[in-house]
Amino acid sequence: MAQNTRTAPVGTPTDVTQNHVKGGIGESTLRPDGTLKVTGEFAYSSDMWHEDMLWGQILRSTVAHAEIVSIDTTEALTMDGVYAVLTHEDLPAAKNYGMEFQDTPVLAYGKVRHHGEPVALVAADHPETARRAAAKIKVEYRELPVITDEASALAPDAILVHENRDDHHSGHVPHPNIVHRQPIIRGNADEAAERADVIVKGEYTFGMQDQAFLGPESGLAVPAEDGGVDLYVATQWLHSDLKQIAPCLGLPEEKVRMTMAGVGGAFGGREDISMQILASILALRTGKPVKMVYNRYESFFGHVHRHPAKLYYEHGATKDGKLTHMKCKIVLDGGAYASSTASVVGNASSLSVGPYVIDDVEIEAIGLYTNNPPCGAMRGFGAVQACFAYEAQMDKLAAKLGMDPVELRQLNAMEQGTIMPTGQVVDSPAPVAELLRRVKARPMPPERQWETAGEGADVRALPGGLSNTSHGEGVVRGVGYAVGIKNVGFSEGFDDYSTAKIRIEVINGEAVATVHTAMAEVGQGGVTIHAQIARTELGVQQVTIHPADTQVGSAGSTSAGRQTYMTGGAIKNSCELVREKVLEIGRRKFGSYHPAWANAELLLEGGKVVTDGGEALASIADVLENEVVEIEEEWRHRPTQAFDLVTGQGDGHVQYAFAAHRAVVEVDTELGLVKVIELACAQDVGKAVNPLSVVGQIQGGTTQGLGVAVMEEIIVDPKTAKVRNPSFTDYLIPTILDTPTIPVDYLELADPNAPYGVRGIGEAPTLSSTPAVLAAIRAATGLELNKTPVRPEALTGTL
Amino acid sequence: MRVNFTVNGRPQEADDVWEGESLLYVLRERMGLPGSKNACEQGECGSCTVRLDGVPVCSCLVAAGQAEGREVVTVEGLADYAQHREDAHPGGACGTGGCGTGLDEAKRWQAKPAQDSQTGEGIELSPIQQAFIDAGAVQCGFCTPGLLVAADEMLERNPSPTDADIREALSGNLCRCTGYEKILDAVRLAAARQERQGEAV
Ligand code: FES
Ligand code: FES
Repeated sequence: MAQNTRTAPVGTPTDVTQNHVKGGIGESTLRPDGTLKVTGEFAYSSDMWHEDMLWGQILRSTVAHAEIVSIDTTEALTMDGVYAVLTHEDLPAAKNYGMEFQDTPVLAYGKVRHHGEPVALVAADHPETARRAAAKIKVEYRELPVITDEASALAPDAILVHENRDDHHSGHVPHPNIVHRQPIIRGNADEAAERADVIVKGEYTFGMQDQAFLGPESGLAVPAEDGGVDLYVATQWLHSDLKQIAPCLGLPEEKVRMTMAGVGGAFGGREDISMQILASILALRTGKPVKMVYNRYESFFGHVHRHPAKLYYEHGATKDGKLTHMKCKIVLDGGAYASSTASVVGNASSLSVGPYVIDDVEIEAIGLYTNNPPCGAMRGFGAVQACFAYEAQMDKLAAKLGMDPVELRQLNAMEQGTIMPTGQVVDSPAPVAELLRRVKARPMPPERQWETAGEGADVRALPGGLSNTSHGEGVVRGVGYAVGIKNVGFSEGFDDYSTAKIRIEVINGEAVATVHTAMAEVGQGGVTIHAQIARTELGVQQVTIHPADTQVGSAGSTSAGRQTYMTGGAIKNSCELVREKVLEIGRRKFGSYHPAWANAELLLEGGKVVTDGGEALASIADVLENEVVEIEEEWRHRPTQAFDLVTGQGDGHVQYAFAAHRAVVEVDTELGLVKVIELACAQDVGKAVNPLSVVGQIQGGTTQGLGVAVMEEIIVDPKTAKVRNPSFTDYLIPTILDTPTIPVDYLELADPNAPYGVRGIGEAPTLSSTPAVLAAIRAATGLELNKTPVRPEALTGTL
Repeated sequence: MRVNFTVNGRPQEADDVWEGESLLYVLRERMGLPGSKNACEQGECGSCTVRLDGVPVCSCLVAAGQAEGREVVTVEGLADYAQHREDAHPGGACGTGGCGTGLDEAKRWQAKPAQDSQTGEGIELSPIQQAFIDAGAVQCGFCTPGLLVAADEMLERNPSPTDADIREALSGNLCRCTGYEKILDAVRLAAARQERQGEAV
């Protein structure tokens, strides 16, 4: 009866279908993968398993900036159970990869440029053997001075992080340690400043945030008989990975077959390559399947973070509260490799004004190369840092003008028809004032909720919670507001498209649709709404979601709030083409029997072909019989333009999203502890395709913004550029005790240019949540607080 | 070394276990039970929560050898475990607080294989599992197995928890996706359904 070690390969992603999951557009359909996830059977990338597999392990640099003098692998190679020990000398082909710039080494050669950079690789038969072998590799470094901020990066004699740049931005940047610079000039800020009755200036610091998705970077590479490799991995964009992996393996793209393994959260942190190339190289070298799983410590080195930023702002207003001008400089620290820094710079500059009307602006955003950890995509992508600063400025202005901070914002709120600083006209609803009105109108949570009838304080409801630090003595309450604007989709002229393959056929007498895309389901619920769209468009109940892989065209990235719009749009489009085909078959077969078949307005509904008057002409099953209709098509949103490199002008964005928050906090002023009581959100979602997941996305995004407000920061030593807190012990993310109730109020003002009117949802709530919490803490304490996260020292004056 | 223990009602033995291997590693990599998740392996996130002789523990912090001769319940066995608890104490409520944790009871209980393990169809889920699906408490789902085991254990001890009780019980389980509100909803829902069921009996 006893069972022993398992023997069969497991964990290959399978189709997901569930007969009991129903519902079309606008319904709170449940996740098709829900049952698998609650029973523990859903195969995440770290669950992949193959008989006879090896474990891959990376040796990472212990210093941030150094020349590599030598690497000695002899001792590691002789260990029992070790199958391969590799350095850059063993790389089969291209030595660098990268999404926008190919500046990231697969394994460091010549130099290391940040703490934790991969230097060598091991494959062994047990993860512990692999770890011990990696520890036996001897690397000799000659350390170099570290570049850690704007001053050290741009000093006249600064060492260049990358000596020989030849990327598309290297020609126009004022210094080779600047990845990209985007100014935006509109009107004349100096002249407009003369009209200002009050001017406020501020300097803000945004700390380095981590995506901290729970599922660690991981996957399984299986060598194939044709000399290629089958790769099962958690990523945000299979086809972008493929483009970067194949050249590094020296293989044509057809020989690198990628399948999405279950993804345990992403938030931007899986947009760049992590273990994909390394596991593949080990598999090809050893001829055995190789599994690689980062531990949490390594995960903090294994993906890019949110850009820390310094922001310098000046706003002016007349005494009745009208904004006159804005000037800002935003310095983003991109770390050692470019990742998506250039695009983050474009976003930060073009969204630096926020959702306000200001005709005269002078904006500059730059992204730096330093020896800090590489930074790239994270939920909110460049708009988050700017929102933190401009919202603090709004409160400062309101205070100086003696105005209500919400009224000041509403007075200057943009609306449909407003011209952005880039010259782009906002051509769909922009309900900024209304969102603010809604969060403000919401009833306040009761005061002193910790007081219990007759039993003293319930300490769990107080700042400090179970640590029982207060019984309410030094606790003060504050309320703060913020609102933000985020672009949706890929901007600046990027050819952003998605592909969907839709198939319809008769199985057991019933019409069944299959949706095959390469979209990464990272938890956001794309698979749920894809089935909803197919059900609505094709009038069938049964929809199967095929696993995402590279056997179908690219779906683009699951990021920038774009997947419901883009892959949702692609599915809608392909379904429409499939529907036409089905009707064509129907006309051919039954057209002579009923004149209504000639009608152009036929629909597919409830498994039948029906007229717009509701008359059923035939069942889809009878139309199709043994025929199968399958269509794979690409779909694009309207084109965008690059921003002018001098003036920043250009219709750079596809669509905008808006969210507002009201934060209510309580602060223990003696100990500097903050408890967020409530964090209400109002957001325009265009169309709630699935209301349940809309609310879930907004609450999740809000919580990540709360995290950066009060606890989250990767701390990098300014002297050594080493990461000090790569663990969940020291890098804190909100627990259920830190997270308040998050009431959500969503508007559905359709964007006329988007499929079903949808507006990207996932990112906007991450913007305004942080400044709202900061505003509330300022209101409670009267302190200035210009840095995230707010630490107890900042509240008690013991910095 | 060899380790013998019971997982989800079935006796298991694992050979050649290296003395530093965690219970989590043995479950995931040797037993073929990857339901318990490896998010931090430092005892910080709760994703690996299992019950060891009824007590919720971070299996990443338990040396495999410590499980010798003991009873482990993972998320894979949760539905069946709840069923067994239901049989022993209809309605789920348990006055003594010792419910479902007794070794004798655990030994009498045998996991049944799921009918269709791919699609989940035909599986009778435990109330807490069903509530997580219905309330929208699952996004990426990586935190879900640990949360389910922890929440199920709490509901066993405390069938009508207050929000503060739920927050306290689940404070060792990180979730990065949901913002926790829907997780609270799910636990409230499971509690309410169990209560209703209890009244009906
Ligand atoms: S994996 Fe065990 S607590 Fe995080
Ligand atoms: S961590 Fe993704 S759902 Fe909780």
